[in-house]
Amino acid sequence: MARRKLKAAFLVGAIAMLAAAAQAEDRFGIGRPATPAEIAGWNIDIGRDGSNLPPGSGSVERGRAVFAEQCTACHGDSGQGGVGDRLVGGQGTLASPKPIRTVGSYWPYAPTLFDYIRRAMPQNAPQSLSNEDVYAVSAYILSLNGIVPANAVLDAKSLAAVKMPNRDGFVSDPRPDVHNR
Amino acid sequence: MSEHTTDKRVREASRRRFLQAGAALAGGSAIAGVSGSTALAEQGNNLPPSVPEWMKTPGDPMGSQPYGAPSVHEKGVIKNISKTLPQYISASGRTPLQELDGIITPNGLFYERHHGGVPTIDPAEHRLMLHGMVDRPLVFTMEDIRRFPSQSRIHFLECSGNPVYTKPYGKTASDLVGLLSCAEWTGVPLKTVLDEAGLQAGAKWIVAEGADAAALTRSIPIEKCLDDAMLVYSQNGERLRPQQGYPLRLLLPGFEGNMNVKWLRRLKVVAEPAYSREETSKYTDPMPDGTSREFTFYMEAKSIITRPSGGQKLTTHGFHEITGIAWSGHGKIKSVEVSLDEGKSWQQAELQEPVLTRALTRFRLPWHWDGTPAVIQSRAIDETGYIQPTLAELVAVRGLNSFYHNNAIWPWRIDANGEVTNGQA
Repeated sequence: MARRKLKAAFLVGAIAMLAAAAQAEDRFGIGRPATPAEIAGWNIDIGRDGSNLPPGSGSVERGRAVFAEQCTACHGDSGQGGVGDRLVGGQGTLASPKPIRTVGSYWPYAPTLFDYIRRAMPQNAPQSLSNEDVYAVSAYILSLNGIVPANAVLDAKSLAAVKMPNRDGFVSDPRPDVHNR
Repeated sequence: MSEHTTDKRVREASRRRFLQAGAALAGGSAIAGVSGSTALAEQGNNLPPSVPEWMKTPGDPMGSQPYGAPSVHEKGVIKNISKTLPQYISASGRTPLQELDGIITPNGLFYERHHGGVPTIDPAEHRLMLHGMVDRPLVFTMEDIRRFPSQSRIHFLECSGNPVYTKPYGKTASDLVGLLSCAEWTGVPLKTVLDEAGLQAGAKWIVAEGADAAALTRSIPIEKCLDDAMLVYSQNGERLRPQQGYPLRLLLPGFEGNMNVKWLRRLKVVAEPAYSREETSKYTDPMPDGTSREFTFYMEAKSIITRPSGGQKLTTHGFHEITGIAWSGHGKIKSVEVSLDEGKSWQQAELQEPVLTRALTRFRLPWHWDGTPAVIQSRAIDETGYIQPTLAELVAVRGLNSFYHNNAIWPWRIDANGEVTNGQA
């Protein structure tokens, strides 16, 4: 009985080794391992649930100052838009003949606002704002939309807890949707 | 070039022909603005019976153009870039479809859309990182990428907002659907590279990120990544142009343009999409009820007549070839039908071989224009049986604010003078 078990274990082991060898043969051995530090430096993605949000925090008040310095040239004094997108207002217009899509009326998740500002804004110097300032600008834009109070200070936990008005406004792709046969 | 083109040289020749025809028909019944097709001798120092000036002296020596450029007489054939864009860092430039033949777009005329300008990337310092739900997170140099077994395939690329649903629609084929091009792409199947890292159980999406100032990020379903997705480094035989993602881009045949991430630097294998700005705030399709469709990947079947088309002019009665392009993100074009009577009746166009999956297909229909006003249009049918809809059929379902994925039939109106204009304007 013990012998049979041993034999079975040997067989399982041999099969596993063969499988590993076969898998290794399928590979070309091209590329080198990515180190955790390399991955951490590049992986700046923030999940819609707030995962990967960095330490730190920012206030609406600080955000107003950063916004005035970095954002108003394109987005207007109060986020009303200009060369850049309108960021404020439009709630309740999505089903109207003239829908206004802004952070307040359209964006489904608050953490991805942090993600986008950090990776792509300001347009002339992306990835130049500190994490604190990204929290602050996010807080300011959300406050302009009435989504957080004017005295709010946002961090990883509180930003992830923000529920955006249009969170449930998206549906999956039903195409082909035009019946013309 | 044909008599439809707006090229100045040809316009001049047409004008001469018209003047001569007018003179010949003086007192007759010439139709204003359109000459008959009567052959008449032309006059000019470079025309028969004279010997043209370019035969009397040697031409430019070898090496005068180390990287060739089109004829100086084709200077007008350039990308169609609006002069009144709000900004040019995040903007698009269109392919002059009505000036091109065949199915391959020259690299210099390939449409562009970028969200943070065109980066200048040193390929020696460019890396592709593959991480997330993989057994072995890896970093690749461009040299590494080119060591993998390569493939070359011909596919179209099209921006999803091409055109929008609301006026003004524009005047030319380029104004309407010029965010469309087609090339032969060379690279490595994405699956090959993923196998190198080993996908883990539960891997459902891959988030692709560009090395541009937008760090543009889109989530790709794993099924597409394991099907026909490619990591591309060459286009029409030469390395990618900077505008097309040099030194490395993602190619997802049949999927909307922005997902084909340019300047690709990172692939993260994950269980759920990133819900990035470019797949929530943008590139989602608003519907009349206030909801928006998300993850609308496929470019559905579409076609357009490129000749004769808006902005061109038929200068003679008689024979004209109607030609255009058709394409579908769902596979091959099965047939293209052309209507010459405002959509009342349709006839089969001839398809030019090769008819390739998720590539432009050129179609043709011989036509005799008798000088009466006409409305011409084409509709594509793909191998799934899908029929390109009319704009009215699309708008009935999606309203006017859907912005993306307008694949409507587009009519051209030809008046008695031969002027071709947008039939929807």
